[in-house]
Amino acid sequence: MSAVIDTHGHEDHGPKRGFMRWVTTTNHKDIGAMYLWFSLAMFFVGGLFALIIRSELFQPGLQIVEPEFFNQMTTMHGLIMVFGAVMPAFVGLANWLIPVMIGGPDMALPRLNNWSFWLLPFSFTILLSTMFMEGGGPNYGWTFYAPLSTSYAPPSVTFFIFAMHLMGVSSILGSINIIATIFNMRAPGMTLMKMPMFVWSWLITSYLLVAVIPVLAGVITMMLMDINFGTSFFDAAGGGDPVLFQHVFWFFGHPEVYIMILPAFGIVSHIIPAFARKPLFGYSSMVYATSSIAFLSFIVWAHHMFTVGIPLVGELFFMYATMLIAVPTGVKVFNWITTMFRGSMTFETPMLFALAFVVLFTIGGFSGLMLAIAPADFQYHDTYFVVAHFHYVLVPGAIFAIFAAMYYWLPKMTGNMYPEWLGKLHFWLSFVGMNLTFFPMHFIGLAGMPRRIPDYNMQFADFNMVASVGAFAFGFTQLLFLAIVIITIRGGKKAEAKSWEGAEGLEWSLPSPAPYHTFATPPEVK
Amino acid sequence: MSSATAIRRTLIKGLMVGVAMFGFGFALVPLYDIICEIAGVNGKTNTVAYTGTAEVDESREVRVIFMSVNGGAMPWHFRPEVTEMVVKPGQVYNTAYYAENLTGRDLVAQAVPSVSPGYAASHMNKIECFCFEQQPLAGGQDTRMPLQFMVDPDLPKSVRAITLNYTLFDITERVMRESASR
Repeated sequence: MSAVIDTHGHEDHGPKRGFMRWVTTTNHKDIGAMYLWFSLAMFFVGGLFALIIRSELFQPGLQIVEPEFFNQMTTMHGLIMVFGAVMPAFVGLANWLIPVMIGGPDMALPRLNNWSFWLLPFSFTILLSTMFMEGGGPNYGWTFYAPLSTSYAPPSVTFFIFAMHLMGVSSILGSINIIATIFNMRAPGMTLMKMPMFVWSWLITSYLLVAVIPVLAGVITMMLMDINFGTSFFDAAGGGDPVLFQHVFWFFGHPEVYIMILPAFGIVSHIIPAFARKPLFGYSSMVYATSSIAFLSFIVWAHHMFTVGIPLVGELFFMYATMLIAVPTGVKVFNWITTMFRGSMTFETPMLFALAFVVLFTIGGFSGLMLAIAPADFQYHDTYFVVAHFHYVLVPGAIFAIFAAMYYWLPKMTGNMYPEWLGKLHFWLSFVGMNLTFFPMHFIGLAGMPRRIPDYNMQFADFNMVASVGAFAFGFTQLLFLAIVIITIRGGKKAEAKSWEGAEGLEWSLPSPAPYHTFATPPEVK
Repeated sequence: MSSATAIRRTLIKGLMVGVAMFGFGFALVPLYDIICEIAGVNGKTNTVAYTGTAEVDESREVRVIFMSVNGGAMPWHFRPEVTEMVVKPGQVYNTAYYAENLTGRDLVAQAVPSVSPGYAASHMNKIECFCFEQQPLAGGQDTRMPLQFMVDPDLPKSVRAITLNYTLFDITERVMRESASR
């Protein structure tokens, strides 16, 4: 294992100096930090695209961008946020935290880990560069339905496919690494059912990733062959079927959306017990609920395509299977609430984000249940109601959980406490901005405003204006987050080893900041 | 070091799952066709001529609606001879589609049929169809393309109307490529 190639083997052996440290590093904390910084950068890029969308939609009519460019913005916003911001952020947290949570010295495959990360900047450079190519970048939506993404795509689609392949290789290798770490690097005594919830959620997420990212690779390979090698997987003229694309894509796509939320469940399951000062209620039911959600994610994909003309039996099956997911998810929500019941709660920034997560994610879950009703979905399909739904599960779901995790573990990473009042300010501005942006979308969606269109009817004008104001408030608030991270890295109140009174877990037995190499000798787990 | 072997084993297993799932993605293609055929759901009709016969069901009438769509930038004029027929299940009917090549170039077209509701597709028996073959048409020429069909008497009672749609695709490039490679 290359992480322990250093022949001195001292615990305080520091990193190399300069730029090459980051290129050649095999240290899980360095790689985790790089993932997190990359994710933050992509979050701002994707956010910029979102603000271009919201600027155009501030008023009805076309005023700022061309419709062709608007299509590229909706597509790139989705792709960048899903594959560039949310996923790498969770992988970064996994890299940083899993070894210290299970008492291992590093990731199981440190050099592979370095490669997994370094594929990403190249992948996204290629993806972003397509916007400067002839015909523009991807304009077919983040779901890139064929034949829109094959017969009617701009020539840059081949670069898009290559970028997605690189990203996929990175994700698959990263998740195999996490599985190998969890199975082989645990401290003695750390049985599977003693593992922290974040580790459990990532173990399950890794399995989802290994199972579905290759299917994504398959579907983009089929696109590549249709475009360049004359096959007809999705081309009706040659005997193919465009609906097949949707089936294969959503077979990947539905587990994918759970890949973006399961680690968030894990994070919240750490933070709520810490600030309620009570152990997590129903640990084993949390494990089983997460596993059930992961299993169910494989058999519900067609609820994204109720309107393509699947037979009634199919509609019923996918409708009920989808509603079934509410059961394990409900178990989790009630477990979090029960954890807080009669706890001595305090409301530091991580807890505020975690509480907002529970409330707002549940709202997103309920609108998901509305969409699961097949006959109702014929009305909601492709409206802003869908946009409201998935932004409620992704923004205050995935992204708030990432913020919560950063505030919670930043003292461990940097050795300094973040300024609490700034953290709270960031929370409240984000909370208000986010709700102002996405809540009105429910109403305009139910009233029939279609998604991915740069213009709209006058009747939707007021709510769209509110949403745009909220989007700018939310977007610029995130610069505050960047400032808080920089301030905390540069200084501030020194963090104790156990930075939070109620914090539990092996990572809090390490000094803050955590040394470069940790648990070279495995700790004892009772 | 035994843990290094264990890690390698996990890595190999993980990569194998990845490769298998990549294959599974492609396996979904034939799987999809088989499931659609068994369930008869994707509106695809028979691709070779139907040869069976059936008793005419005098007690029942079904509307058949004919539609035509130009796929992509297909530069032909394409329309059905009649837009609607009232038929008796089991009886053989004749109709046709008209096509006119509006360009000055020789083009080859392929018509792709689709039936709605999808589960009626397997009951729409085509005895003769222009969609069974490629349709070459010289620049500026027009043609009448015959269609002979029979609605199966087993058609579910709930179906009172069947829509038969043809989408016409320009496959000239594909045909040229294939003949060049031959």
